[in-house]
Order: sequence, then structure tokens, then C-alpha cells
Amino acid sequence: MTLGAYRSNSKMLQELGEVDFMTQNEAALENTAAERVFRRGEDAAILRMSESEIHAYEPLDDRRMVVNMGPQHPSTHGVLRLSLEMEGETVIRSKPIIGYLHTGMEKTGEQLSYLQGATNVTRMDYSSPLFSELAFSLATEKLLEIEVPERAIWIRMLMCELNRISSHLLFQATNGMDIGAVGAMIYGWREREEVLRLLEKITGLRMNHNYIRPGGVAADLPDGWRDDTLRILSNLPERLDDFDGLFTGQPIWHERLQGVGVINSEECLALGVTGPLLRSTGYAWDLRKDMPYLHYDQVEFDVLVGTYGDCFDRFAIRLNEIRESIRIVHQILENIPDGDYRLQDKKITPPPRTRIDESMEALIHHFKIFTEGFKVPAGEVYVAVESPRGELGCYIVSDGGPKPYRMHIRGPSFTNLQVLPHMLQNALVADAIAVISTVDPIMGEVDR
Amino acid sequence: MAEERDHEEDPSDQIELNTGTSDEELLYEVPMSESRGQKVLHPTRDQYLETITKLSEDGFKVCIDVTAVDYLENPERDIPRSISPERFEVVINLLSHKKKERVRMRIQIPETDPVIPSIFDLYPGSEALEREVFDLFGIEFEGHPDLTRILMPENWNGHPLRKDYDVGGIPVQFKNAPGAG
Repeated sequence: MTLGAYRSNSKMLQELGEVDFMTQNEAALENTAAERVFRRGEDAAILRMSESEIHAYEPLDDRRMVVNMGPQHPSTHGVLRLSLEMEGETVIRSKPIIGYLHTGMEKTGEQLSYLQGATNVTRMDYSSPLFSELAFSLATEKLLEIEVPERAIWIRMLMCELNRISSHLLFQATNGMDIGAVGAMIYGWREREEVLRLLEKITGLRMNHNYIRPGGVAADLPDGWRDDTLRILSNLPERLDDFDGLFTGQPIWHERLQGVGVINSEECLALGVTGPLLRSTGYAWDLRKDMPYLHYDQVEFDVLVGTYGDCFDRFAIRLNEIRESIRIVHQILENIPDGDYRLQDKKITPPPRTRIDESMEALIHHFKIFTEGFKVPAGEVYVAVESPRGELGCYIVSDGGPKPYRMHIRGPSFTNLQVLPHMLQNALVADAIAVISTVDPIMGEVDR
Repeated sequence: MAEERDHEEDPSDQIELNTGTSDEELLYEVPMSESRGQKVLHPTRDQYLETITKLSEDGFKVCIDVTAVDYLENPERDIPRSISPERFEVVINLLSHKKKERVRMRIQIPETDPVIPSIFDLYPGSEALEREVFDLFGIEFEGHPDLTRILMPENWNGHPLRKDYDVGGIPVQFKNAPGAG
């Protein structure tokens, strides 16, 4: 496929935004089967053994052997470990072994107040931290049954879309590096850094921002944020075209990615896979479009879908989702209203710093919020947002106290990781690298 | 200030009234409640597989999440009267793309017999999620193809997300030294 052909193809896909998604989704589900993901026996793609069993396992067939990959391997995106049962260079069965980054963040979440909670969840998916903060805050707000001010909603959208851009740029960088295009790493990193610089200016931190909090955001946008955002938006399209030039039309890139790690819509649904992986199979499902939260129903953008469900589609979808995010950010810049950046409710948000010097009551509220925290009425809710990796959900149970009784994050990477053995079955071990890379798991979120 | 607080507590009172006084609402033949506008089903452990099969036939094709809650320190909770509370609760989140709807199931699991059927044959995507619940809560899933620990090391003792599992069990140096604290 030439660059031009791909472009027109992606144009066509974008226009699908006008047609009924459900008809298209049904078409995607037609003639696909998910039989292989239901297998339990020896013919299953997953090497269903415990770690010690794998260690002691000697395949009956002489030609087979078990190879360990990771957890310390540059292509495993942190600390993913795979046990591969191989026949020559072909992977027969495999099992992702995770938990190397498990630090009990859900347990920690039970010890922290709702105000502190965002600091905790932001460290889960470290390449798109604002989304975990958003899911956590939305869940808390739903329990409190409060509405945040308009400006806060638009700021949240702005931040999330910028974060989606930086996260997908990071994917371009690591994906390129994994496949052997080391130059891509430098380019992706450079563009991502531009975005991170803006996020740092707004939140004070490059990563783990703790910016979106229950009740709104931590601070208003700083002076000059609009010009900085516009500068990124005007520079980025050209740089994205460079990515197109480097990869999209390049024969080696096609050889490495096209037809590799294929999965179909039915299998994705059965495995609970969401995000770009699901969309790459031609199935249009994006929470921003289909179950809108914040003000995503007030902005125009298209849900991009692939055709083949292979590594190339996943790469192309992420690249073009950056373009869609740029479109959204432009609309946010037009629509963002003036007003409060957080709810001014003394019981939930701390009073402005200056008030503390003047008002005894403000000081008391400040003290109460930072020592005891605010109380949240008993109940349980589940709230989901569309992170760059798929559906990121937050389930909170409150017992009426100032700390969540139970806080659970449904990380998209954790569920998405389950497709790996199915994609790897009968693939070459060299393709395994491409497959892991385009699944784009963030281990901080997998292990939590 | 007092008024504000009353307002906050109001909605949870209402929910209790809804499920308690009038005849219990049924959905898919199991008691249903609403939590902040979200639909929650409360099948018993025996009804569970039957209910989830009905749901999956009715378009809830995606199992988004399987998790659990340990209600050891919080026995009071908002469930229909006919359901007797137990220590553990397995929480299943299903999603229907067609209806654009979510439904949640909360199943009570007694402490003495923490077993529940696995839904692998309906939703193979629950495999890792059920392993996580097994690992962190010690709830067993009957018929699961590979019920092993997933996040904690294989030889780990105990289940960390249980409420009676200590936090900060790692000894801190000098904590009990004379003159400290």
C-alpha cells in the first residue's frame, strides 16, 4: 500500500463517522469466530501453568522448548515477562507473567483520603496519568453527587487530549525502536517532550501530575497557556507527516507489521479488549463517542477504525488518533469558558490560599480537608473513561468515611494483555516483539 | 453547614427506601437496586451462572471487569432485603455495545466457603481478572482453567486485599529503639 493509498483509505475511514456504527460493527462481526479464545486444552494459545511448573516443564516433543523472555528486555516495555513454548522459531504457546511492578496500589488507595487518592492512581498508567486521575475524580464526584464547574470540565478535556497526544507519541517512539527504527525513538521522544513541557507548565510536573482532583482541577491554567498550546498544535501536524513519511508508506515497515498479530472483533469482545486494539479490527467503539462523559458530545471528532486487525492497523490508528486529538483541542480552545476551575465548596475543595490569612473559618476548613479529608456518602459506583489504551474504569465503594472502603482500577492494559498468547500463536519470535509493542501495555497499570 | 450535610445524606436514604419498602424490583428475575443511577443486580451464588447467561444472550457481550470487595469492617451496605450480606462480594461489570448500557452484579460469598463458578466459558476475558481476585482475595473460581496467583509471587502467604491482612508488615528499623517516638 502506498502512502497515497493509505491516506485515502484513512480518509474513507474517517467519513464512516457519518454512517451508523452499529451496522458497520455488525459487518465487522460477520464471518469472524472466536473459537480459539475459548480453548482450554493443549491446543490453547496460553501455556496454562504456574511459574514453577513452567520451570520444571519439559515438553514431550523433542523439537519443543520453553524460552523465557524478560522481564528485563528493552522490548518488553518495563517488566513484562513471557514464557514461550517454541518449536524452532515458532511460538506455540505462551504466557505473560506479570506482577513484577505490583506495589499494592489498590490497598494503598484504601489508606489515603479522597484528596490524596489522585496522587496514588496517577502512578498507575504513567504514560497517561491524567486519565486515571480523571476516572478516580469522576467516580468520587458521582458518589458525592456534585457537578464541577464548566471551565473545569473543559480544562479536564484539554489536559486529557494533550495527554492522549503525548501517550500516542510515546507509542510511536517505542514502537519504532522495538521494530528496529531507532530514529523513531528520537522523533517520538522529541514531540512528546514538547507536550510534556506544556503539561509541566500547567501542572508543575512532567508526569504523575495529580492535577485532576475531585471537585475540579488543582489550579487554573497559567498565563500564556493558549499560545503554548497553539504552538504545539501548529507544529505537530507537520511532524506527524514526517512519521507518515518515515513509516506509513515504507516497505520494510509494511513487511514487519502487516498481517502480523492478527485478531478479529469477535475475539476482542470475548476477551474484553478495548481501545485501539478493538478499533483496529474494524469495530467502532469509543467511550468518548458512544457513552460520552465530560463534554465529548459537544466536540466533533471521528472514531478511527482499521480493517485487518494487524499490527499495522494498530500503529496507524494511534498515529491518526493524534490528528483527531489535535482537532478536539482546537475546538476546546474555542469553547473553553471563563469561570471557576474547581468547585468552591468548603467541604470538598480547600479554600484559596489567600483566604487562609484572612478567615479563621477558611483555615479550619483547610485544616480539616488536609488532615481528616472530606466524607463521602456511602455507596458504590463504577465510572469509565476512554484512555489511550482503552476503557479505564474506577470502582469505588464508600462506607461514608473520608477514605474509600475499596478502590479498584480497571486498567485497559491488564485486560488487553490477554490477547498476547492468541496473537503470538504460530508467529515467529521476531514478530513477538512487534506484537507486544503494538498492544502497548503499560506495566504500571497492569500490575498496579 | 448542617443543612448541607443533610443534603448529602439524603440520596443514600432514598435508595434504602426504594429497595426496602416497596416490592423489590426484579430484573432478569433477580433483585435489582440502583446505586447513583447505575443498575446493580443481586443474584445469589446459585443463580449467578443462569443470570449471567441470560445477560450475555441479551446483548451484554463484554465482561469489562471482575473484582471483589471484603466487607469485614463494613457489614452495613445497601442491598435488597431478600439478600443476606456475607463477608465477600464479587462484583462483575458487563457492558452492552448495542444498548450502550452497563450492568453490575454483586454476588455475596460467605467467608467459610469462598467459591464461585467461573465465567470463563462465557467470557474468556475473565481469565486474568478472576485470577487477580483469587490472588488478592482468596476467592476460588470453580472451573477456571488456570487458577494461579497472578500479581503476587507464587509462594506468597495470604491474600493482600482482605481487610484482615496487615498494611506495612515490613519491619522498620529503629522503630522501637529507646527514645524513638
